[in-house]
Amino acid sequence: MVEADDAALSSAKADGTGGRRGGVPDRPEWEGRPVGRRVVFGVVGLGTLGVVGGAAVQRFLAGVAQHDPTGLTNLLPLGDEWRFYTVTGGVPKADPNTYRLSVTGLVDRPQRYSLADLAGLPQTDLVRDFQCVTGWRVPKVPWSGVRLRDMLALAGVQSSAKALRFVSFDGTYTESLTLDQAQNPDMLVATRMLNGPVTHDHGGPVRLYAAPMYGYKSIKWLSEIQVVDRVQPGYWENFGYDVDAWVGKSNGRSGDVPTS
Amino acid sequence: MSRRAEDGGGRAQDDGAAASSARSRDVQTVQAVQLQDAQETRGVRDSKAVRDSRIERFTRAERYVHRVTATLMLTLIVTGAVLYLPSLSVRIGHRPTIALIHLYSGWGLPIPMAAGLFSRAYRADVRRLGRHSETDRTWLKKRAWRSERAHELALPVGKFNAGQKLNAAFQCGAILVMAGTGTLMWFPHLVGVSMRTGATFVHDWLALAIGFVLIGHIWFAVNDRQARVGMRTGWVTRRWAEQEHRGWAAELAADAGDEAVDRAARDEAGAREVGGAVH
Repeated sequence: MVEADDAALSSAKADGTGGRRGGVPDRPEWEGRPVGRRVVFGVVGLGTLGVVGGAAVQRFLAGVAQHDPTGLTNLLPLGDEWRFYTVTGGVPKADPNTYRLSVTGLVDRPQRYSLADLAGLPQTDLVRDFQCVTGWRVPKVPWSGVRLRDMLALAGVQSSAKALRFVSFDGTYTESLTLDQAQNPDMLVATRMLNGPVTHDHGGPVRLYAAPMYGYKSIKWLSEIQVVDRVQPGYWENFGYDVDAWVGKSNGRSGDVPTS
Repeated sequence: MSRRAEDGGGRAQDDGAAASSARSRDVQTVQAVQLQDAQETRGVRDSKAVRDSRIERFTRAERYVHRVTATLMLTLIVTGAVLYLPSLSVRIGHRPTIALIHLYSGWGLPIPMAAGLFSRAYRADVRRLGRHSETDRTWLKKRAWRSERAHELALPVGKFNAGQKLNAAFQCGAILVMAGTGTLMWFPHLVGVSMRTGATFVHDWLALAIGFVLIGHIWFAVNDRQARVGMRTGWVTRRWAEQEHRGWAAELAADAGDEAVDRAARDEAGAREVGGAVH
């Protein structure tokens, strides 16, 4: 470092951009205290400290924010909030009157549900955390909808079937589950979340809520459930995320507390 | 010029018939006054020309480093905002593409600064930016970033003032930290959850800090046209340098003076040699 500095100094002198010939001490600007270097090291050091201890600080601040009557903390990047991931440019809004959810593929009775049809099926309420694979987690989100396994039972899954393929009406987003995973009682075809209909930004009118898995499995803007003979990795899995996305047991995130 | 004017005056006196001598004296006076005016005007014009003369502040390498860094930084801010702010995420979408642009712009950000080290002038400026003199300490203590304070104090500020130095050092460190934490965030298997959460925490907060510092940087640039011209063209007026970076202007003047002394010394030595040959 010192060598490099000296080299810079002498070379700068040589080309006449600074450095007075022979007389180094009369250049206060060149010879002052190395504050710049200290600032750089200081920022890097603080950054490293933040990486190591940031999780604890984040938890503390999130706790403060929950008891903040002023709402000022909403302006700060505290995490524990929804971040909206959209994989296409703008998703068409579904008309609640014409929206249909189909169950197709290796089934005895293909289905086509309107929102009213879905509302007529047995409803399940869950309050579970939503954990994103990138680290943010929204605690205690209320969800309501129809259990995936109930819908599969209604359609009559054939014996050759092994997996499910979910399709989004955004035209790009797909997801997958094995039939075994789909039997988990916390896999919900959600029509309500946060005590209201699922909003468009949250993937409404109907989305999947795969409670025990990372958020990317909970496909948004769900339009079709295909029963298929093998697992076809979904959209995010093609970007390197695990197909079996159990919270705390996949994607190298062993420290996450399971969500269900 | 002055001799010609005197000659004219002299001729007028020589021609001096009694009737015209008074008038010719008037003419002489007028000429003398005109001469004086002309000399004064020229003198003012000369020093004005000197002060309006341009001096080089940034070489091409330095300007390109700044330009590429600024472009990448703006790209990062725009794509980062789309990734982070829900309202923008929803409107723009295309998350994977935006994330990829953000990622490569981020990794690219330290490259122009590193490449700049191949330039001597850039290395010299890096050294100037890194060192704080007594002037810089006073500049900070007396809050000389307010222009009226700066004019009052008339500190011999060097090529960069203390604010510019701190800005450069902070952004340099911040860019490194952002690149590091961004990399940790991108590869899910690199570190454990706690460190990943920490990296996200640092990335979010530092982005906010960088934003504020950048707003300050742009604010000062918006309020100083010559500073912008300097970064755009590389050249500034001497007048501006003497006002805003008095120490630097004096340094350049001293260097120019040194060169003149050297040249005079060389000429003298040459003349002595020539003289010796004649003897």
